[in-house]
Amino acid sequence: MEEEESWISSYCNVMGHEYFAEVSEDFIEDDFNLTGLGAVVPRYKEALEMILDVEPEDDSESPGSASESLSDNPNAPAYRRSRDHARTALDYSLIEKSAELLYGLIHQRFITSRQGIQVMYEKYLANHFGFCPRVNCQSARVLPCGYSDTPGNDTVKLFCPSCCDIYVPPHSRFQAVDGAYFGTTFPTLFLMTFPELDISGTGRKDVTASSNLNSSGGRKGANNNTLPPINGVPANNIAPGLGKGKRYEMRIYGFRVNERARSGPRMGWLRDKPQDLEELNEMAQLEAEAAMDSGEEAAEEDEDEEEEEEEEEDQEMTYPDGGPGRRRTAKGAAASAVATASTSEVGNGGDSVR
Amino acid sequence: MAANQTDALTRKVDDYNSETDSDYTSYWRDWFVATRGHEYFCEIDEEYLTDRFNLTGLQAEVQYYQYALDLITDVFDFDCDDDIREQIEKSARHLYGLVHARYIITTRGLQKMLEKYKKFDFGRCPRVFCRAHPLLPIGLSDLPHTKSVKLYCAKCEDVYSPKSSRHASIDGAYFGTSFPHILFQVYPAFIPAKSNERYSPRCFGFKTHAVAALARWQEQKRDEQDRRLAQVGIEVKREDDDEPEGSSEGEEFSR
Repeated sequence: MEEEESWISSYCNVMGHEYFAEVSEDFIEDDFNLTGLGAVVPRYKEALEMILDVEPEDDSESPGSASESLSDNPNAPAYRRSRDHARTALDYSLIEKSAELLYGLIHQRFITSRQGIQVMYEKYLANHFGFCPRVNCQSARVLPCGYSDTPGNDTVKLFCPSCCDIYVPPHSRFQAVDGAYFGTTFPTLFLMTFPELDISGTGRKDVTASSNLNSSGGRKGANNNTLPPINGVPANNIAPGLGKGKRYEMRIYGFRVNERARSGPRMGWLRDKPQDLEELNEMAQLEAEAAMDSGEEAAEEDEDEEEEEEEEEDQEMTYPDGGPGRRRTAKGAAASAVATASTSEVGNGGDSVR
Repeated sequence: MAANQTDALTRKVDDYNSETDSDYTSYWRDWFVATRGHEYFCEIDEEYLTDRFNLTGLQAEVQYYQYALDLITDVFDFDCDDDIREQIEKSARHLYGLVHARYIITTRGLQKMLEKYKKFDFGRCPRVFCRAHPLLPIGLSDLPHTKSVKLYCAKCEDVYSPKSSRHASIDGAYFGTSFPHILFQVYPAFIPAKSNERYSPRCFGFKTHAVAALARWQEQKRDEQDRRLAQVGIEVKREDDDEPEGSSEGEEFSR
């Protein structure tokens, strides 16, 4: 019996279950981790016993005794044989189904735990989840995720951190895997746990080549050219597959198709990224805007500057709701605010600044 | 295996040749298009191939040009050893590919490719929010031997690698960089409605700041473009305009 493959590892070895991590028995045996699952999964107790390869208890002495009975009773093989006869094939397949559901839901919780995310990290580095199909992502590694946390809604999808989009797995065998078994949280939490991991496709080969990947959680590759963080994420890890040069441009005979053409580009935004990532730092922009407002007051006597402000306001007026226009001009406005500040210090040197 | 098959085929063609010259057509091309891995190709008309003008400049590109052309047009009768035949066969495939790139942007070729597009012959977009929109083959370079064929999705306007490795070995120059865009210029009715749907990664129901900020910036760019186009009188139709931000958040919490 000891030689037998456990239910968990045989389940994870089934074709199509390549994305699953093997949940450790300790995790399952902790009742806290299973809170609420009893209400979701039919035949919960039998399913749990099946997952843990525990012999079913006939007289159900205590439902929570899974861990107790696991601690090996010597007469197990004979007992199991008799039980297998008693249980009909139908029962068995129903329980098997419940066990898969239960395992999936436990798996969803497990891969967001400290221990589980480490297991997934190793699977990620071993390329178990595959690569982004998008050409400009240059085969960045993807992460499995669900589009819903409730089972039965949708199948598993693949999240590419390089373009922040989700894709259908390349093989149809994954169409049978429920997305809820991975959950919506996992990829995001994964990236937050390993913030300095090189997620771009180009850096992949270097990472696998270096020997230090298995040990400390991704933080080792950090010392080479990590840019200062923006919005709490290292700048080189904000969608490295997007932005200028990483966007596909439609061309006919080498000429770009104009956006005014009927068949012209309309989806550029989806793969766009500011060249200067500081533009994404909305906090700094708001501060700049505030500085501009105070600068406006300071420059009231300076007529030239005032004209400039008016021009900017005119520009903003062309945008009905003002919001985006304001943001776009915020940088220029900040610059002019600086200019205003300097001119008010120097005196009436408005022209010389320009 | 393929080589043997072609040998058998060419022998058959030779047999035909000795008998009559009129009754069979496009034997080699039939076989070529039906070969596994050649699903993306369409059959080039005989007339197109026999018009020398359409083949301008290919002579320099292809070895054994005349023999290869003969093979493609099924008038090949040349006794040679297997090595040479193999070479000619290879050249014929290359020549066919290069002519194919020119053919599929002609009226006839576009029609044929459109039919294939309607049948999902080139596969479906892997992006979840494109909802399995059909793809079109595209090259990232017009020069042969530079990049393999890629697939263009008109809905998200991006290019993807083919799923199967047997397609990954096809030269992208056999389709060219312009083909999908010319197709949509000629058949504007087939331009798909664009979609605003997108994925927003979440952690326990909450968006993360860095990605959300980028998404806001991108949507700003999109609205700017829409406004820019509206000013010149072009209305951009997008499905699912203004995704219900607030309501989706509420959903998350109610779980």
